[in-house]
Amino acid sequence: MSSSTLEAKLGTQWRKPHFIKSPYTRYALIGGTIIYLVFAFNSIEVNWLRVSEGLVRGWRFISAFASPDFLSHGTDIRDGMIESVIMTVASTVVGILISIPIGLGAARNIAPLPIYLVCRTIVALSRALNEIIVAILMVAIFGFGPLAGFITLSFASIGFLSKLLAEDIEDLDRAQAEAIKATGSSWLQWINYGIQPQVMPRLIGLSMYRLDINFRESAVLGLVGAGGIGATLNTSFDRYEYDTAAAILLIIITTVMSLEYLSGIIRAKVQ
Amino acid sequence: MPIYESSAGKKTWQLRNRNAQLLRWFAYIVGVSVFMWCWNEISQATNWYFVWDAPRIATDIVSRAMPPKWSYVEKLWGPLWDTFNIATLGTVLALVMAVPVAFLAARNTTPSALFVRPLALLIIVSTRSINSLIWALLLVAIIGPGVFAGLVAIAIRSIGFCAKLLYEAIEEIDTSQVEAITATGASRWQVMIYGIVPQILPAFAGISVFRWDINIRESTVLGLVGAGGIGLQLQGSLNTLAWAQVALILIIILIAVIVSEWVSAKVRGAII
Repeated sequence: MSSSTLEAKLGTQWRKPHFIKSPYTRYALIGGTIIYLVFAFNSIEVNWLRVSEGLVRGWRFISAFASPDFLSHGTDIRDGMIESVIMTVASTVVGILISIPIGLGAARNIAPLPIYLVCRTIVALSRALNEIIVAILMVAIFGFGPLAGFITLSFASIGFLSKLLAEDIEDLDRAQAEAIKATGSSWLQWINYGIQPQVMPRLIGLSMYRLDINFRESAVLGLVGAGGIGATLNTSFDRYEYDTAAAILLIIITTVMSLEYLSGIIRAKVQ
Repeated sequence: MPIYESSAGKKTWQLRNRNAQLLRWFAYIVGVSVFMWCWNEISQATNWYFVWDAPRIATDIVSRAMPPKWSYVEKLWGPLWDTFNIATLGTVLALVMAVPVAFLAARNTTPSALFVRPLALLIIVSTRSINSLIWALLLVAIIGPGVFAGLVAIAIRSIGFCAKLLYEAIEEIDTSQVEAITATGASRWQVMIYGIVPQILPAFAGISVFRWDINIRESTVLGLVGAGGIGLQLQGSLNTLAWAQVALILIIILIAVIVSEWVSAKVRGAII
């Protein structure tokens, strides 16, 4: 700030600088937001009578958390949970196995251009498609049951793991890889000793994280018939058995929390 | 450095010593057996006749779905607008609720680390670990089907995500700025507004756009459980086996997802 503007500002009160500096952009953004909100609120129909009736039911649901019913549908819950866990584990393993070659192929510094493009397309496709939509298609093709869920989760894991693995490979330390190459190693040895040790900690961390995500997703795949605890949950909602639903939700939350805790410990250990 | 010496006296370098190697093999065996057991369970629950039939079914579905029914697009603008509203208003609502939760959860701003902080963390964890589709299912049962249920579902699901990232940002702020404001004799709220908020505003903007992008993806399927948006049309088309319509809806969803990702990347690039 030059001294003349400082001079002019003397005596006036200090004001907080705005987040968006240009006033035109700022007012255009504010105006646009207001117009949008007006339109959006007008297009949403809320049946307040229905909502107020629902609040009673909502309260019943919340109070059901105080007395969750684990027992009366105990076997259903147990089978659903086992199926969810099985789908999670199997799909994470298969997802990792497939995503390693694709991740290698999607890293620009070690893959030739045609392979790079093919792998990037697979990654983009897998990331853009929502799990539920994939699950619907898989159920249509492979029939109801955990196989559809397993394929869906494996497919979703590939996009996630390959992308992050490829990014990690792309910014690895070239010197180590070069040193291995200088010993006259084959391509496989180069990957195994030059590149794998550098990305391994992160790969383990990401795999644990993906295990966590896959479990969460497996809890909803049952809604479209792809196996897991979701089907049991859906049924209990449909029958207004909120105490069973609360029990299932509590189990899901506890499992997710413990998985998160476990993956936190493992990640802290390997990194 | 572990060196293996053969009976002929030839020395070879190895990455790991014998015990570490054995331990690793053991871990592999356990892992493989767990996986085989899982696979066995899945395979038993599967009707393999359908699976062998799958290629024929898949080609059949593709042949029905091609070409997509382009004329159906006229009926999709309304649901698409609903989807956009669910995602946007849901994100706004989530942010309104996430900000206080984040301030209560951050170690340096929480009023009581013993009582309030665990409560805030509980809110964060429980809203985050339940998928938005389950929230939608629940809200449809409580407040009835429609856009509003979807909006609230998205909002609740996003609280945990936004609050978690935000409270991590609050914990990482530069304390010297806060101290400087405190030294001028500012009140607690003034410290908040002039010392903390300006530091987390970029993170806040980034988080909201990031979550908005995720919410666009999630809101496209909420209609499957009756919570409004383009998913309703998808559900209807699937139920009537109108695969040409399904193909068109999937293309529209794909475009919406790509556009939202592009917008979010641009905005985040501009902020950070």
